[in-house]
This record gives sequence, structure tokens and C-alpha cells, in this order.
Amino acid sequence: MAGTLAEKVWEAHLVRRGKDGSPDLLYIDLHLVHEVTSPQAFEGLRLAGRQVRRPDLTIATEDHNTPTLDIDRPIADATSRTQIETLRANAREFGVRLHSLGDADQGIVHQVGPQLGLTMPGLTVVCGDSHTSTHGAFGALAFGIGTSEVEHVLATQTLPLAPFKTMAITVNGTLPAGTTSKDIILAIIAKIGTGGGQGYVLEYRGEAIRNLSMEARMTICNMSIEAGARAGMIAPDETTFEYLKGRPHAPEGADWDEAVEYWKTLRSDDDAQFDAEVVLEAADLEPFVTWGTNPGQGLPLSAAVPVPAEISDESERVAAERALEYMGLDAGTPLRDIKVDTVFIGSCTNGRIEDLRSVAKVVKGREKAQDVRVLVVPSSARVRLQAEAEGLDVIFKEFGAEWRNAGCSMCLGMNPDQLAPGERSASTSNRNFEGRQGKGGRTHLVSPLVAAATAIRGTLSSVGDLDLPEGVDITTFDGSPLDGVGASPLGENVVVDLPLPVAR
Amino acid sequence: MEKFTTHTGVGVPLRRSNVDTDQIIPAVYLKRVTRTGFEDALFAAWRGDPSFVLNQEAYSAGSVLVAGPDFGTGSSREHAVWALKDYGFRVVLSSRFADIFRGNSGKQGLVTGIVSPEDIEILWKILETKPGTEVTVDLEAKTATADDVTVPFQIDDYTRWRLMEGLDDIGLTLQNEADITAFEQTRASWRPKTLPARHLPSVEIEAARPV
Repeated sequence: MAGTLAEKVWEAHLVRRGKDGSPDLLYIDLHLVHEVTSPQAFEGLRLAGRQVRRPDLTIATEDHNTPTLDIDRPIADATSRTQIETLRANAREFGVRLHSLGDADQGIVHQVGPQLGLTMPGLTVVCGDSHTSTHGAFGALAFGIGTSEVEHVLATQTLPLAPFKTMAITVNGTLPAGTTSKDIILAIIAKIGTGGGQGYVLEYRGEAIRNLSMEARMTICNMSIEAGARAGMIAPDETTFEYLKGRPHAPEGADWDEAVEYWKTLRSDDDAQFDAEVVLEAADLEPFVTWGTNPGQGLPLSAAVPVPAEISDESERVAAERALEYMGLDAGTPLRDIKVDTVFIGSCTNGRIEDLRSVAKVVKGREKAQDVRVLVVPSSARVRLQAEAEGLDVIFKEFGAEWRNAGCSMCLGMNPDQLAPGERSASTSNRNFEGRQGKGGRTHLVSPLVAAATAIRGTLSSVGDLDLPEGVDITTFDGSPLDGVGASPLGENVVVDLPLPVAR
Repeated sequence: MEKFTTHTGVGVPLRRSNVDTDQIIPAVYLKRVTRTGFEDALFAAWRGDPSFVLNQEAYSAGSVLVAGPDFGTGSSREHAVWALKDYGFRVVLSSRFADIFRGNSGKQGLVTGIVSPEDIEILWKILETKPGTEVTVDLEAKTATADDVTVPFQIDDYTRWRLMEGLDDIGLTLQNEADITAFEQTRASWRPKTLPARHLPSVEIEAARPV
């Protein structure tokens, strides 16, 4: 029978098919753990006298609650410190591999999996974090779970689940200059709404998706949850294999050949039936920004703040009125006139090396707008090291930005990196909820390119609004090290520094 | 888990759509390592507003929340469910729930009933006209009754059965342990293992300082 990519991965993990309305029991290949959603799960194991069934399929890191400054000193906030120490104690007690703050492999959990080569096509990946959908970019079935389910996976390495529906999202054509995969996903969410993907696994396909780098694909799958979906997936191809090959945990030798042969079968069959389909033309896209307090409240940057009275749906109108009040915006204001206080570049959505290179390309040799605070937070310690090897940190500092240690940081404001009440940000992260980046903080979600241009002008801007110095080509943001930027000490063709794997 | 058959308690009309889990419990409260004691964190940003529904005496002891569409979107934090339960809520009714929130609720004995938008509007009108009206939620019949109005709600049969029996998921799964072990024998060797750990050489990470 013809199947979709999601169905194929599902079927390959069936421990037991549910009968009479009971859910299927699915095997979990990789369980990622962090400090915030795990303490109560480990406590549950302890109370029930249970062990972690497969520590060798489990990996933990510290990211949500960690500081991005002074990481070599004790964490100032006592509750934060306790939570981190609790994870360390649990990892020791249950034999779980942990990459702690200060370790070169520490970072946001959704960066750590891919960069270690643990995330690969055809896996089931879970984590007590909704942005686990990121890993779907590799053709894995990856989704966020709650703490009860974290405990369930720790104890059984399985999850009882009712099958998801499938939705194909096809993006045809080529992206216009100055637009990125972030604009694709913001446009998709604005189109289908924050509940549009509810109950679905989204599969992104089409020419525009195929042309994206691995990291750009991760940005799209990452925000599937903002469309309400459990997971997003992209069928693996040469781009995927190229990214994986040689990474520490990537298969080697005969295992690699066997894996690639299998991975090539992981695509939706031509006659596979999806429960829903959505089509977008990449050529129609322009830089997208959000104006409201949910990720579906987004518009092209050239638009104006909507007028609630013109919205016919009552629930949406009321939501828009409330959003404008919270955001301190007047209906009809051109989005380009909105002045920001802070620009945040980072998160599991857009804190990877390609994102940092894009930003560096735009801001190199310039100064940030006065009164704008610019925070650059790499998604992992390895990304930070890579950026420093390419000299990007120097570009950021000369621009006037703060160059921080890795973590979730201002994306969710659990650590000290927060907006003050009323403060407005342009943020490359994933959620613009009320208070998300700090109580009373106002968030506009943007791409790294829009963030960079906004940091220069002080108002929401695209790179098209900038006078770019001669010789800088803004039409190629394909993720490779950029012309004239990040001249690497290792010579020309440096992508990611990947020596052979070593065992610790 | 405690068995759930019927529950009667004060209904709370929450006329908002897209109440995401950051609204239900802001991230700053997620630093705690306990599983209880989150009642103070529920809707923390709104609790300072005297006009907020839970700050009105008639509703403050509510246990049946009647919310707008897309309740529980966003972050997977189960703390959102704990906060609702710790405050005293046993049931949330909405026309649409986010998937992860609905799953988390089922694990924790919080009933999430899907009610049509029209019926939500009817319930809101009753609860707003007569603050303090009690709502009776009958899980067996899948109905919610306020005053003389009874509306149906949907909940998947498996979750309903588990809630009514008060069953623990892990215990249920471990009844199939032989199947799990058998499945593990068939796992291809290319599939990753986190141990023994492999990674790039360790490098000293310089600590960023305040500017």
C-alpha cells in the first residue's frame, strides 16, 4: 500500500498495534532530555522503583534555564541552580549521558542531537519540548511530549500513541532575494493558523524546500508546532546525507551504506494519500514579521498593522484587538515604522551557524542603531566555537552586539535574558506570546536577515532597506560561509569543522 | 490516578482564544523541581488584574474552565496541567485543544472536553449571567450541564476509559514488555546509540561577560 513518509516511519516503529480504539505502542529511537521538563519524571521513576530502560538511547543537556554570561561561576538564581543540579544528580543516578554548561557539546537540545549526528532519517525522536519537531528536517518522526510521557519513555522506551493525520505542504518555485526559510514557515502559519496543523504531521516538499540547506530545513520543521502540528517532516536526500556524514554518531562503513539505502526509501510514495494539502508559491513570499501575540498573527513586512474592525471573524477580531493593546500598536501603522528596543538573534529556530553567518554578512563593518540592544546567542557551544573560528564574533562585537554563551536565552526568558515590561523586540525565535520573553515584553518574530537589518535601522526592516556596500551580494544566503565575511583561518572552503569522531 | 466519573463545580468563563501554555504558566515558574504547588503560578500574568475572571469572588473557587478555541497551544510544559489541577480545576471545556496539552491532561486526570463553539457560547452566557453557577460534567455520558442546559462533549474513548478507571499508563505499557524486548532485537545496527559517547575533541569554552 502506498504510504506517506510519516506513515512509513510510524509503521517501522510499531511494537504493538492498538486494538479496539486503544493506541499503538511506538518504539522511541532517541530521547532528548533537558533540565526543565525532566525532574518530575525522574522523581516518578524513583518513587516507582523503576530504572531508565535504555540510557544508551537517551541524552541530556542543559539549555532552558542556563545563563549566557559568567557560565564559569555558580548560577546566581537559587531555584535555577537547584534545577540544573537536579538534572546532574538524576543523570548520575540513572546513568544518562549529560552535556553540562561549560562542556563543548552543551547547547540547545535541538542543536545537540543533529550536530552529534544522533538525529538521522527514519528515527522516532522525542523530548519534553515542543520544538522537538526540528529533527523532522532529517526525515525523522520527532515530536514534543509532556513530563508524564518523558517518564513513560524513560521507563519503557515506548509511547502509546494514536496515529496522526498527514498534511502535505508544497512550496513551489524559488525564494526571492532577502527571504529565508523563516519567512516560508511564518507565511505558512499565517495561512493555516495556529490551530491549522492540529492533529497532523506536516510534510514539507516542493522545489523551494529541496533547495534549502539542512539548517534552513530545521527552521521550518522547528516551527511546525506553531501551526499546531505535532511534527513536521522533510524527506531525506543528498543534502541530509551530506550533513550527517562524518558526524560523531553517524553510522560508518557497512552501516552507513545500509542506512543510506534505507533512508532513500523514506519518501512519500507518488500515489500516497494525504489527509490535507496546502500549496504555496515561494515567488510570492517576502520577509514576514508578526504583529500580534500568536505566531499566526503575521504579515509581510510591507504591510501595515491590521485594523481589527475590518476582520470579519469575531473571535479573530477580539484576539486582534487584545493583541494590539498588549503590543502597544495602532491599527494601520506601517510595520516598517515600528521601532524596537532589542534584537535577539538565537534559539533552536535561528541560532545555528548559517543564521549567524547571514547576520554577520549584513552587519559587517556597520554600527547598530543607537539605543538598540543586540543579543547574539549561539544555539550550542560548538556553534559558538565555529563562529569564533570564522571571526564572526569579532564582527558582532564591532557592530555593538553582545556575544553570549549558548542556550535558549531570551527565546523564553527563563534565565536573566529577558525583556523589561513594555520593551519591544525583533526576535529570531519562535513564539510571540504575551510575556514570553519577559513579563510585559512585546515580541515581533523575524528572520535572521530582518533581525540584522532591524538592528542597523532600529525599526523593523529588511535587507532591501539597506544601502549595502559594494561587492556584498545579498541574493545568496545559502548558508555557506559568506563572501568577504568570516575569512576562515583554515582556508577557503570551510563548512563545519568536523574531525574524526573520538570516544571519550 | 484518581478515578473520574462525574464532577460538579463552579464554572469559569474564560472568553479568550489561543490561551497558550505561557499564559497558563509563565516560564519563570518552571524552575521548580516539584510536581505540586503550582496554584500560585496559574495565569500569573493575569492574576494581578482585578477584573480577571478568577479574581471575581463568584468564580474564584471554580473547577470547570470554559475556554475559547485553541486552548493550551505552544510549549509542551506539563506544568500547565499541574497548575490548573493545583488551583482546583478538574475539567476544561473548549472547542479546540492543542494536541500536547490534551495528551498531558489525560495523563494527569484533567478532563478536556471538546464542545462546539455554539455550545461554548451558551455556557459562557449562563456562567456570565449567573456567576457561580455550577457545571456538572458526566464523563460516562460525555455531557456538561449548567442550569437547565446540557451540552455534549467529545473525548477520545481510550482517554475516557483510562480516566474512568484511573489507570497508570506506564503500568499498562509494561504489560507488553515482552513485545518491547522482541522489538529491540530487530533494531538495525545503524540506528544511533548515545553510549558509548562519541564527540569532537573537547575544547575550553570561554565564558561571556557582561558588556
